[in-house]
Amino acid sequence: MSEQDVRPAALVIGHKDFAAGLVSAVTAITGRSDLFRTASNYGLDTRATEAMLRDAIADGVSVIFSDLPAGSTTMAARRAQRDHPHVTVVTGISLPVLLDYAFAAPGAAHAADAAVEKGRAAMMVTRGPARAD
Amino acid sequence: MPIELHRIDDRLIHGQVVVGWGQPLELRFLVLVDDEVAASEWEQELYRMGVPPDMRVEFVSVLQAIERYSAFAADPKPGMLLTGDIDTMARLCAAIPALRRVNLGGVHHRAGRAQKLRYIFLTGPEESELRAMAANGVEISAQDVPAARVIPLTQLLAGEALA
Repeated sequence: MSEQDVRPAALVIGHKDFAAGLVSAVTAITGRSDLFRTASNYGLDTRATEAMLRDAIADGVSVIFSDLPAGSTTMAARRAQRDHPHVTVVTGISLPVLLDYAFAAPGAAHAADAAVEKGRAAMMVTRGPARAD
Repeated sequence: MPIELHRIDDRLIHGQVVVGWGQPLELRFLVLVDDEVAASEWEQELYRMGVPPDMRVEFVSVLQAIERYSAFAADPKPGMLLTGDIDTMARLCAAIPALRRVNLGGVHHRAGRAQKLRYIFLTGPEESELRAMAANGVEISAQDVPAARVIPLTQLLAGEALA
């Protein structure tokens, strides 16, 4: 069975082209294009976004990665989750989060939690060395 | 200080509201006017999750909004009043003489609606409702985020903003 035969159970959703851009970066780094589905809320109200996510859940998605905690994508995901308690919603995502999730063992129960921790740890601020002059 | 913005946005509390407008206007409270949300603790908790800790949010029904509008407008901190649809805002404008300026921030695609802007789609009755509000002295314009161009209602309904 090729990797394309199995539809991914994780979906990335965000504003405009956020999900497509982030997942394209995952593909560039891992060489895998079968890890995440993508979706956008562009042009949709919250109810239409929710309907799209419900369809995805009915199609096997069990983990939803969303961009902004305050965003309509997250609101829609939380509403869809209400009737589907097995679904996990992760917000505030970044490339390190998706990469960690991508490399987790398939079906790992705490993969989303571990990926969030990895994402938090990946954030840092660096400054150049102090100049003598 | 008056309420800085009276906004119609079918996404209610979301990124454009909290970040896009909230930061430049230094908003400290939101008044979300929606009968369904006002009656649901679960919905309120969901929206509260998207609001930063330094911003207060009030969930009120249309009737409560009418009763409490003067108090909201007298708050010394800047705030925003939000409705999820045109009809709710029209009811507020009809009952609150001080509410004379409305921002169309997001009315998205749905069956029966025609596109007026990238983020504004309207049915015939919605257009009529906006025209009636304007005829009663309410200044209505479309603007999704502060950096975007302000589109007056007449230009919006004429379809000139799509060209």
